[in-house]
Amino acid sequence: MKFTLKIWRQNDAKSKGKFVTYKIDNISSDSSFLEMLDQLNQRLINNDDSISVPGCPVHYDHDCREGICGMCGLYINGRPHGPDKGVTTCQLHMRKFKDGATIVIEPWRAKAFPLIRDLVVDRTALDTIIQAGGYISVKTGSAMEANSTPVPKHLAEKAMDAAACIGCGACVAACPNGSAMLFVGAKVAHMAYLPQGKPEAMRRVQSMVKVMDDCGFGNCSNAYACEYECPKEISVTHIAKMNRDFLQANLMSEKEIA
Amino acid sequence: MDINAKIPQGPIESKWTKYKADAKLVSPANRRKIDIIIVGTGLAGASAAASLGEMGYNVKVFCYQDSPRRAHSIAAQGGINAAKNYPNDGDNIFRLFFDTIKGGDYRSREANVYRLAEVSNHIIDQAVAQGVPFAREYGGFLDNRSFGGAQVSRTFYARGQTGQQLLLGAYSALSRQIAAGTVELLTRRDIVDIVLIDGKARGVIARNLITGEIERHAAHTVVLGTGGYGNVFYLSTNAKGSNVTPVWKAYKKGALFANPAFTQIHPTCIPVHGDYQSKLTLMSESLRNDGRIWVPKKEEDVQKLRNKEIRPRDIPEEDRDYYLERRYPAFGNLVPRDVASRAAKERCDAGFGVYTGLAVYLDFKDAIERLGRDNIEKKYGNLFQMYEKIVDENPYETPMMIYPAVHYTMGGLWVDYELMSNIPGLFVIGEANFSDHGANRLGASALMQGLADGYFVLPYTIANYLADEIKIPHFTTDAPEFAEAEKEVKDSISKLMNVNGKRSVDDIHKELGHIMWEHCGMGRTEEGLKEGIQKVKELKKEFWSNVKVPGTAETFNEELIKAGHLADFIELGEVMMQDALNREESCGGHYRMEHQTPEGEALRHDDKFTYVANWKFTGEDSPAELIKEELKFEAVELKTRNYK
Ligand SMILES: Cc1cc2nc3c(=O)[nH]c(=O)nc-3n(C[C@H](O)[C@H](O)[C@H](O)COP(=O)(O)OP(=O)(O)OC[C@H]3O[C@@H](n4cnc5c(N)ncnc54)[C@H](O)[C@@H]3O)c2cc1C
Ligand code: FES
Repeated sequence: MKFTLKIWRQNDAKSKGKFVTYKIDNISSDSSFLEMLDQLNQRLINNDDSISVPGCPVHYDHDCREGICGMCGLYINGRPHGPDKGVTTCQLHMRKFKDGATIVIEPWRAKAFPLIRDLVVDRTALDTIIQAGGYISVKTGSAMEANSTPVPKHLAEKAMDAAACIGCGACVAACPNGSAMLFVGAKVAHMAYLPQGKPEAMRRVQSMVKVMDDCGFGNCSNAYACEYECPKEISVTHIAKMNRDFLQANLMSEKEIA
Repeated sequence: MDINAKIPQGPIESKWTKYKADAKLVSPANRRKIDIIIVGTGLAGASAAASLGEMGYNVKVFCYQDSPRRAHSIAAQGGINAAKNYPNDGDNIFRLFFDTIKGGDYRSREANVYRLAEVSNHIIDQAVAQGVPFAREYGGFLDNRSFGGAQVSRTFYARGQTGQQLLLGAYSALSRQIAAGTVELLTRRDIVDIVLIDGKARGVIARNLITGEIERHAAHTVVLGTGGYGNVFYLSTNAKGSNVTPVWKAYKKGALFANPAFTQIHPTCIPVHGDYQSKLTLMSESLRNDGRIWVPKKEEDVQKLRNKEIRPRDIPEEDRDYYLERRYPAFGNLVPRDVASRAAKERCDAGFGVYTGLAVYLDFKDAIERLGRDNIEKKYGNLFQMYEKIVDENPYETPMMIYPAVHYTMGGLWVDYELMSNIPGLFVIGEANFSDHGANRLGASALMQGLADGYFVLPYTIANYLADEIKIPHFTTDAPEFAEAEKEVKDSISKLMNVNGKRSVDDIHKELGHIMWEHCGMGRTEEGLKEGIQKVKELKKEFWSNVKVPGTAETFNEELIKAGHLADFIELGEVMMQDALNREESCGGHYRMEHQTPEGEALRHDDKFTYVANWKFTGEDSPAELIKEELKFEAVELKTRNYK
């Protein structure tokens, strides 16, 4: 297969970026999107004649290459992780594109994700939100026997649905407001569904939402692009659950929450 | 050189209890005065950092990814073992210990493995309390499934994402400590050297991957939890960034590398399809609970399948060879990984492989008929989806195609009972050490080991070491040893940048992978290994004279990171083959063609090789020196494994 790639190139956070167009041919339809970019980079390194514009290889984040670590994330033809549904960039395959197509490749763009180089952005803000309360405070070694608290199967399943989030940031990139509500909602809901997470539920939601705002993420205006683009198809109902908990927490006194 | 495994006296059941009773402690007030560096945020590193931070030590934790949650533990699919015996099928601590020793083909240290089995149940308790959403039954109690090498169901799981959920549990505990200020997190750092002062591990040199800056970090003690070295084969189920560099730098500073040849080839991975391929994807072992492995019996069917003239489901039952069920009726499709992998290779070598000739079927037809598609989807949905995205075939309708691939490394830095290497103050946890899996790891036991090490073992053993360090003030990085290490790192980076040759890092890495797979893969021979060693030596020269690293060292430069890692992998490759050559027996994942039974099973030579083979660095151009730790079996009897 053959493609024309328009790729965002930017040396570092301070310099100005621009699109550079590359033509690439001889790509197997079975190769993954990142393998296609690997081949572009190999040709750039080798100064291969088939590449129209010489230069440094293109930088992009990746690691597991099987859709679970959340490291990869490219904005492809205007969509986070590209045209296929329910996949990450590393799981996207070239057979999903037409031969000869032009593909526009950009980094995640959001105020809370400063650019590092080319297609690599800084998603530290997502960790900062988790540090604000995305945990259950249990000391190592102080846990009770695992089966002493039965958890209804349907709740365990719901918690697992929410916990499947891989923290890639596609929801933020998809959102017109750069909001992280799906990411935060998923974590809040995962823990709130479980009996183990209940004692801290109110404090958790308040604290995480506050830090989310502080990190520069936008508000949710119910566009639902996040759910549509989420590679793990995490549902916006978790946002609703978070909103309910958040309202309830705001009605409680500080003493009750702490 | 003398090495002492420091195994506590007494019967196996009471060794750990006795150790804990005798171990020295560090008081809470003194913990604040102690700095600990932990490299790695996988199950091992994150659980250790969270636990030690919570105890009040000053912890600095490093990872190369942008977030600790992305460590490769995240990719573990199938599950984690524990001896809870919830299904009431006769499990207990001794049985889990025994299965793990036997699965490892009697090449691991009894005392460590027993302790692992002993703490396994606490891991499940801890994870559940953290909110890990394990699979449950309708009554609300935890569910179990079966894994290879065991006749009981002791594997806990969270759909096909067990590693993800356990890692997120450890990551949440770690995040809590970061918020509390006990742990400092440094992401996007490549640890490129270990610093020793007066023979003790006192710090690391890190390269900031964004700015290229070389940083010094000092502490009272250093813990490595950097994962496995499977990427020496280029294609493996490991993450692209997985590397041996911190472990290799420790080796070059005198730490012993134990059993480097013990690598695990996992039987159920998606087959290789093209030379541009960048990694291999695992299909979890849990699938062997319900999937049946087969190839056609008739060669003409094989040809027709390869030419796509017929489909697998056109082949009638009587013309299928369920070779695992045929050869191993007692364990059937659930034999250990090494056995299943070799059996697949045997069928493919005999000409019965499908697809490219290097694939066998994993078929869910019977399970779907028996349990219904819905139930199969609930259990394995994400794995089936993963398969479909890669292969573009629907595994609910046609069998999966699978082939063995490099997956896990049992070898690693040598550690004693306290998980300390032979360098005082250098602890090694998780896949990076050699400790618990002998010559073959059983499924669902790496997650168990990583978390056992980090939550339940290291916090005790590190205190026993640190108790004698409390009078030493916080280290600074002004010591000449830091300056020297930093200079070496900078020199080696500029050497890499200046080769300016013609071949890309990936190109050379792929060649290394081919050499390793051909000469040090599933079937090893004396002749092949000797040839392989020569090839790797030549490749090392080729690398240092012909690699091309574009860009500069002062920016984010992935090619430079990969080049540094590859330099270490190449050196490791040679030592792996030296180890494989030395071990003139077959055991677990190490299969020497010269040493097999008439039925083609692995043939051990206990009289000569019941030892851990440790390799000591002796200089750039001299061969590593062998240092043995004899293994003593007191609680179990040395036996030939039998899964028939
Ligand atoms: C696909 C797959 C599926 C698996 N499924 C199972 C399963 O079902 N059950 C089971 O028990 N086991 C399974 N395993 C094995 C198990 O997941 C691993 O052995 C285990 O998770 C390793 O954990 P770890 O903490 O030792 O290392 P890792 O999780 O690999 O973490 C390594 C850490 O070290 C850091 N690091 C590495 N190098 C550097 C460096 N140079 N500088 C700085 N930091 C560095 C990384 O950033 C990372 O944080 C599976 C493995 C794979 C690959
Ligand atoms: S590289 Fe891990 S999710 Fe894509």
